Amino acid sequence: MTSAGLKVLIVDDEPNIVIALEFLLEREGFAVHKAYNGQQAIAQAQQLVPDIIVLDVMMPGMDGFEVARQIRNNPALEYTKIVFLTAKGTQRDKETGYAHGAEYYLIKPFDNEVFVATILEIMEYG
Amino acid sequence: MGLSLVVGCSLLYITLLFLIAWRVDRRADRGASVVNNPYVYALSLAVYCTAWTFFGSVGRAATGGLIFLGVYLGPTLLAPLWYMVLRKMIVISKNLRITSIADFISSRYGKSSTLAVLVTIIAVLGIVPYISIQLRAVIFGINTLTGYSMAGAGAGHTPLWLDAGFYVTVAMALFTVLFATRKLDPNERHEGLVAAIAFESLIKLIAFFAVGIFVTFFLYDGFGDLFQQALQRPDTAVLFSFKSVGVSPLAWNMLMMLSLFAIVLLPRQFHISVVENSTPRHIPTAMWVFPLYLLLINIFVFPVALAGKMLFDASVLPDTYVLNLPLKYGAPWLALVAFIGGFSAATSMIVVETTALSIMFSNHIIVPLLIRANRLEYNKDLVSGISRLLDIRRLSIILMLILAYWYQKIVGSTYDLVSVGLISFTAVAQLAPAVIGGLYWKRATEQGAIAGMFLGFLIWAYCLPLPSIALAGYLPTHFLENGLFGLQFLKPSALFGLTGLDPITHAAFWSLLFNTWVYAIVSVNTRPTTLNLTQADLFVNIHKYNSGQEWDILKREAKIADLRQVLTRFLSESRSAAIFNEFEKANQVSLVNEKTAHADLISFAETNLAGAVGAATARIIIESITKEEPISIDEVMRILEQTKEAVAYSREMEAKNKQLEALTDQLTLANDQLKTLDRMKADFITTVTHELRTPVTSIKALSKIMLDYRSELPPEKADAYLHILVTESERISRLINQVLDLEKLQNAGAEMPKEPLDLRTVLQQAVESMAHLFTAQHVSIKVDLPDEAVLVQGNNDQLVQVAVNLLSNALKFCDPEKGAVEIGLLSASPSAVWWVSDNGPGIAPGARAIIFDKFTQLHSAELGKPKGTGLGLFISKTILNQHGGFIQVDNVKLGHGARFEIRLPLLDTASKPPKREDFY
Repeated sequence: MTSAGLKVLIVDDEPNIVIALEFLLEREGFAVHKAYNGQQAIAQAQQLVPDIIVLDVMMPGMDGFEVARQIRNNPALEYTKIVFLTAKGTQRDKETGYAHGAEYYLIKPFDNEVFVATILEIMEYG
Repeated sequence: MGLSLVVGCSLLYITLLFLIAWRVDRRADRGASVVNNPYVYALSLAVYCTAWTFFGSVGRAATGGLIFLGVYLGPTLLAPLWYMVLRKMIVISKNLRITSIADFISSRYGKSSTLAVLVTIIAVLGIVPYISIQLRAVIFGINTLTGYSMAGAGAGHTPLWLDAGFYVTVAMALFTVLFATRKLDPNERHEGLVAAIAFESLIKLIAFFAVGIFVTFFLYDGFGDLFQQALQRPDTAVLFSFKSVGVSPLAWNMLMMLSLFAIVLLPRQFHISVVENSTPRHIPTAMWVFPLYLLLINIFVFPVALAGKMLFDASVLPDTYVLNLPLKYGAPWLALVAFIGGFSAATSMIVVETTALSIMFSNHIIVPLLIRANRLEYNKDLVSGISRLLDIRRLSIILMLILAYWYQKIVGSTYDLVSVGLISFTAVAQLAPAVIGGLYWKRATEQGAIAGMFLGFLIWAYCLPLPSIALAGYLPTHFLENGLFGLQFLKPSALFGLTGLDPITHAAFWSLLFNTWVYAIVSVNTRPTTLNLTQADLFVNIHKYNSGQEWDILKREAKIADLRQVLTRFLSESRSAAIFNEFEKANQVSLVNEKTAHADLISFAETNLAGAVGAATARIIIESITKEEPISIDEVMRILEQTKEAVAYSREMEAKNKQLEALTDQLTLANDQLKTLDRMKADFITTVTHELRTPVTSIKALSKIMLDYRSELPPEKADAYLHILVTESERISRLINQVLDLEKLQNAGAEMPKEPLDLRTVLQQAVESMAHLFTAQHVSIKVDLPDEAVLVQGNNDQLVQVAVNLLSNALKFCDPEKGAVEIGLLSASPSAVWWVSDNGPGIAPGARAIIFDKFTQLHSAELGKPKGTGLGLFISKTILNQHGGFIQVDNVKLGHGARFEIRLPLLDTASKPPKREDFY
């Protein structure tokens, strides 16, 4: 796999979901970093410059769309990919997600295989 | 060797296969997939090696030298490309629930049913010769072993009941039907079948290896000795180089190209590598295991061929060397093993190939015909559901085998095994331009694909099978020598005057050349339909999409009842219900009161239906219910009449307008209130489902991790995960209970029986029920109750619930080290006042106004949400309001704990509500 050493930032206010995602991505060789709200996410992203961010939408304070917007406006994070992973599953939500510069928009509850395959796919085609 | 021994061993072997398939299917039903394994996947791909490989490679090597390798070098060279091509095909197919190569091509070109039919016909006619040689291989295997000359291949005039080939065909048909059509899987996955095929791949490898070792090391002293002896004889020495046996570079390259296409396009290869694939992650392993398998199974081909040629005279057919060498040189049991190997190769090919063909044949030809014939009455019994679909599959399988039997009877003996296989390869290669172009070239159109494929197929048919059928005496042979209509340039062996090539290379060259050019030129000169364009984008840019729901931009409408009926008919009652549920969940809508299905639901249903009957057929079925009925004159008259009445009525209304105006205003107001309520209810449901999804997400992900990676998880991690599973499940049940409470409250709250109660007893009950939790978490609780009874009018259970809610909040938020909670009560006429306080961080002033709203939860910055549902305080507030009281949070300085205060009217003053003091 090509994912060894790539940096991923997981952003979700649900610690248990973060635990699952962390396991799945570490298994693929990613260096996993975690943030539990929007502010943390922005701060960590600027510091780490991750290759990919897995981003929840509904979070207290700053929501995921806002996080994505700020990241896309930061030229230093130009090559950071964004994947939304959220329970907000309507077509309009998806469109909003893509409009905020996401590569993918995955719906919770997600399928482990599909999730991992999607991330790997993005890292490869991107 | 006795016939009964050979047949007995074969039957025993088949029984073993059944057992394997049966056990694997049972385990799959229990959720433990054996087939979801990269090595099983790679082995099952070796269904590519048929009886032709097993017997025919040696035959081919004995006459053409190393040319036999071309068929295996093509796939080996292509293997590195799988990571791009095969993976893309798998991802597309999983998303669209593609069931066959015909389905794949037709989907790509706008779900074209014409293309589906064309591909199916090409596949069936192209593959039948190939199946026929498997039958022939089994027949002459039996003949060679038993020494009987049972009437079989080529013996055209034997009566049916004396023909061994007939019995072999019947046995194979029975075997395949039992094997492949036991159940109808919506995604056409047959785990038992795949496991059996993988097992057969092992068996044929072992069997061939055994013969190879016997010949090389027991009949000769190893490779060196064998090659040395072969080089000294002119008839075998010539086999060592291409030039001396007359293999042209064009023929060699063409052979590699044909096999390179065949490895993905042969219906059985597509079925095993794409449809039966459990995850694209298996591809990296298959990329090296499968070529390794090909290498191993070919290592001894050349030595066995050389040995056969040196040890036997011309009376022994080279195709039978694998059996005859051990048989004639003292190892008859090894010959039996070799036969089982070849038998294995033949059965696996026949089973998978006919299964794949029958899926195509029934989905794209039979079912559409039945639907067309019965278009208006699709709900009558003509195509009734699963058992019917399975019957059609079974009949298709039998039909394929009858065709194969017939073919091997009339022209079977014209070519050797390998050549017949290559005829099929050439036919299937006609699909290549449309598939490869379809994956990478968005501009390709349906017309281009049809034109190219059709022309390529015609050239193939004219150059390859027709001459052999003519030579067998079923057609006039005139055109073979002089060309069609006497035109010399149409001679089937030398089109446009191209001579000097063998028939396969010649036919492949012309058919593929015309196919590709016509495909490209027609595509560029035609306009794709909208559907063709969306599908093209989907295939070429599959990585942009991730689920099979949203890409249909067509505007369609249908009755939900019709849609439900169709799904139930073709899938099953429960499956259809599940599909609707899935849709409701994914889109957060309720279909209960909906009558009309819109484009998104229709597309969703169509995709699911496509999993059972293929995309093109699903489209026809769905179209049959999405058609709009024209409006009849009667109906128009009725509408006019109604309008007239309405006009008269409105005049009357106008007269009473003034009186009604006031009433209308009131109604408008009530209506607005109702609308607001309705919206609140909808919001509530959305929030609840979202709150449920969150724990379900962690449960699903973690339990799947534990299931899949049990072996790699350290025990403490596994324990932690199990613990999370328990707490998240508790979270769900808590949420469900509270939602039910709320529902009960809002429906019947005001009518809950109320009685005079002593609040001291209420609070004591609550404290007692919580006591063990406090002890367990080492939190102290101080209870401060007055000496006299504090009487209120209320419902005991509900008020206890309020107290429990408050206490559990206090428990949750109090100081983690030295937690202390207080509950107290006093009578302050006209109210009873009761409070609960803790020594936690307290509630920020900004949050105090919202904590009593539904689904408000306070977060800590570090660890996200606390465990809770966000409904507790809302429920408490509702209960208290229904008791004529209220709850508020006291103005304590942040950092000094939280204090909740409740006021309820005392019993003797119940008619007057307590005065609310303003704390903010």
